[in-house]
Amino acid sequence: MIFFRLLVPFILMFSAQAFPALDGQALAKASFKEKMIFIEMLTMDPSDKASKVLQYWLDGELAYWPKIGGMVRNVKEGRKYLLKDLMTGKELETVVSKKIKRVKTNNRLRAELKQVIGFRKIASPDVEVRYAAVLELMRQPNLELLPKLLDRELVEPDLSVNTNLSILIGLTQLESSDSFVQLEGLERITNVLSPEVKDVLNRFLLRGDLDRIVVDRAAEILVDMERQLSYWGMGQNLFYGLSLGSVLLLAAIGLAITFGVMGVINMAHGEFIMLGAYTAFVVQQFIPGTSIWSLIVAIPTAFLVSGFAGIILERSVIRHLYGRPLETLLATVGVSLILQQLVRSVFGPLNQSVITPDLLSGSLNINAAFSMTYNRIFVIIFAIIVLISLWCVMQRTTFGMRIRAVTMNRGMASSMGIPTKRMDAMAFGLGSGIAGMAGVALSQLTNVGPNLGQAYIVDSFMVVVFGGVGNLLGTVVAAFSLGVANKIIEPFSGAVLAKIFILVFIVLFIQKRPRGLFALKGRSVED
Amino acid sequence: MLLIFLRKLILSSIAALLMYVFIANVVLPESFGLALDSYTLTIIGKYLCFAMLAVALDLVWGYCGILSLGHTAFFALGGYAMGMYLMRQIGDRGTYGDSELPDFMVFLNWDELPWFWFGFDQFWFAGLMVFLVPGILAFVFGWFAFRSRVSGVYLSIITQALTYALMLAFFRNEMGFGGNNGLTDFKDILGYSVSSPDVRVALMLLSGCGLIGCLLLCMQLMKTKFGRVLIAIRDSESRIRFLGYRVEYYKLLVFVISAMIAGFAGALYVPQVGIINPGEFSPLASIEVVVWVALGGRGSLVGAALGAIAVNAAKTFFTGFYPEAWLFFLGAIFVISTLYLPKGILGAIVDLSAKYQSTRSTSLKESCS
Repeated sequence: MIFFRLLVPFILMFSAQAFPALDGQALAKASFKEKMIFIEMLTMDPSDKASKVLQYWLDGELAYWPKIGGMVRNVKEGRKYLLKDLMTGKELETVVSKKIKRVKTNNRLRAELKQVIGFRKIASPDVEVRYAAVLELMRQPNLELLPKLLDRELVEPDLSVNTNLSILIGLTQLESSDSFVQLEGLERITNVLSPEVKDVLNRFLLRGDLDRIVVDRAAEILVDMERQLSYWGMGQNLFYGLSLGSVLLLAAIGLAITFGVMGVINMAHGEFIMLGAYTAFVVQQFIPGTSIWSLIVAIPTAFLVSGFAGIILERSVIRHLYGRPLETLLATVGVSLILQQLVRSVFGPLNQSVITPDLLSGSLNINAAFSMTYNRIFVIIFAIIVLISLWCVMQRTTFGMRIRAVTMNRGMASSMGIPTKRMDAMAFGLGSGIAGMAGVALSQLTNVGPNLGQAYIVDSFMVVVFGGVGNLLGTVVAAFSLGVANKIIEPFSGAVLAKIFILVFIVLFIQKRPRGLFALKGRSVED
Repeated sequence: MLLIFLRKLILSSIAALLMYVFIANVVLPESFGLALDSYTLTIIGKYLCFAMLAVALDLVWGYCGILSLGHTAFFALGGYAMGMYLMRQIGDRGTYGDSELPDFMVFLNWDELPWFWFGFDQFWFAGLMVFLVPGILAFVFGWFAFRSRVSGVYLSIITQALTYALMLAFFRNEMGFGGNNGLTDFKDILGYSVSSPDVRVALMLLSGCGLIGCLLLCMQLMKTKFGRVLIAIRDSESRIRFLGYRVEYYKLLVFVISAMIAGFAGALYVPQVGIINPGEFSPLASIEVVVWVALGGRGSLVGAALGAIAVNAAKTFFTGFYPEAWLFFLGAIFVISTLYLPKGILGAIVDLSAKYQSTRSTSLKESCS
């Protein structure tokens, strides 16, 4: 080995000018040890050709072709090999394996090649390539690269690449056996929050040859890192909880109107959510789903579709059943079955997937332990917008005032000239329409199927009952607290048990406060 | 008058059916060719169990105004208790041949039976649990619910939450009740093969006798003072409370009785259909039971039984021939029975005849004057 190391300068000396014509024959014949030298030679060469040779070599596609006396790229095609020009990739000829000499590799060479290629990529003019290369090298830091990495850090223009490069340098420095270098490396990774770095630190602490100071410092950093990770993890759960809460809110707020304001148990509410989701699906058949416009069109369309369905339901069935809540419940269950089967007959029993617009796909990564997907952020914001607009409608418009008047005292409202029957239908349409919009929001998170509504109906009722009937504020508080509670329990108990806990909690809660969290006080409470 | 007649008619036709099966399948030799095959027997037995469940629900809903949307929970619990006994009877004939553990536990790498499976190899113990488990659950649930005066729609929704929570729990493999697949592959009951024709006949006859027994028991119950108070509670709960009755105890007792009947029905149902799984807990199944009662006519007991048998016969027909149309039909029953048949089929017949009577009597009067 030492012999070959000494030999390198000589070869370099001789081949410096002749380099473009890399001696392929020699390479193909060389032993694995000699090939190491070739790799180092290629490392010195910044040309594009050298990069390609290295890459093809790693992929096992490099060969010497005696016919032209140079290197070619070979791609296996059945039993024969298709030869391509190294630089242009032009297809040259298909030959049997005897006609070429393929450059063989072993694991050691492959590892070396990876390192070299990785480092070449770090110097690449393309930011994306550099970023990926840094992450790639992090998996197996190599102390030999340290000086080169430090040089690179000084000239790296891109901020995020530079941050990661610094972490990479830190991890590489940990490989050193010098305490000072190790300490330097530790400082570089102090504030990094990633499970991978934590693993590296854990493994680092198991090394037997560490200095006392280094161990103390590393342990300190590790504890700090774990604490921060758990904070961020909790933040992540909170975010999931908020997003679940907004889904619940969207599903339940329409119900809060029909159930709370009008005393109507609408078991078909879930199916109005499903209709909304299918509306989003249908809209996508006309407007490409990757465009944000399909979503923007789908929202009001779903509102109208579900709203109309609601008004029809109110006029044809529920109107006859006012004052008989249990009968209303049964009749609407029937309607929900019919709607489910209708959708199943039209769209088929399988789930349909609604494409998330490009603008909403992907996620906002704060750090390795905390990221927010854009579609969930969208759902949260959307829920808040719906909530605020509903509040405005109820409090600031004549329509809302009339609905409230009918809720408070039907007879008096009627005497004042409010058409109570029409108000009922409109309020029912409003509640159902909001369910439709909830369906569009849901279609961004899950698949759309005929049973979509069933999954949410029990939850929505829980939210309304927990919050207190006839009370929008109660619904909001209930939706978010149940959503967050669910996601906070989930890591300890699993999703199903968390749900069971929540259900049992609500059942017990209703015993204590039969009218919910925010009970209406006054005359309207009396049945 | 008519109602009493209809009651007797339905009761006696069930009894007649049982007599027929008894004579044709048991007394007469097979060569007579009158015997029903075991598929038909199983179907009828299933309907009879459902009818019993409907009677249980009618007891609380029709007579006490408690609309439980979780009655299949009691049904399924009774079924699971029986299923556990049947599982233990399989012994080492399972796929894995473990004499102690049921197959699914071997599959999950469990070493020993969980504590709640002990005793279920004894029929008397399982039989006791069929009543006790639903009864205790109903007692605990009702104790809290009725004491805090949860009623009406709220009660319906939390009973639905209860059965939903139980369904989710039973779907978990860790619960030790077979998870998704439930309990199945039964072999023996009391030493006889579950699939043998004799056992089928016996189970079906037992279901029929159970149904008639439940009907008679509930009817007698309603004639007692206890039953009268229940009806009064249904009609005006606060008034009864002001008269000094402890309304919650009455409700609690009838709820527990109803849950036990439902559990008994479940226990007879499981050996006949040969499987019990968490799907039985689903809230939708419970609501379906409600519509059987609503369609048949609530508050008349036999009406509930009639409704259960009618809807399930329709279900068998539709799912066999027009599976697409079944949910449309079921949905339509829901809507129609609430909109146009508020008293159910039985009530509609009684109303119609009353109308006929009154028009006849008025025309009589007119002709006299």
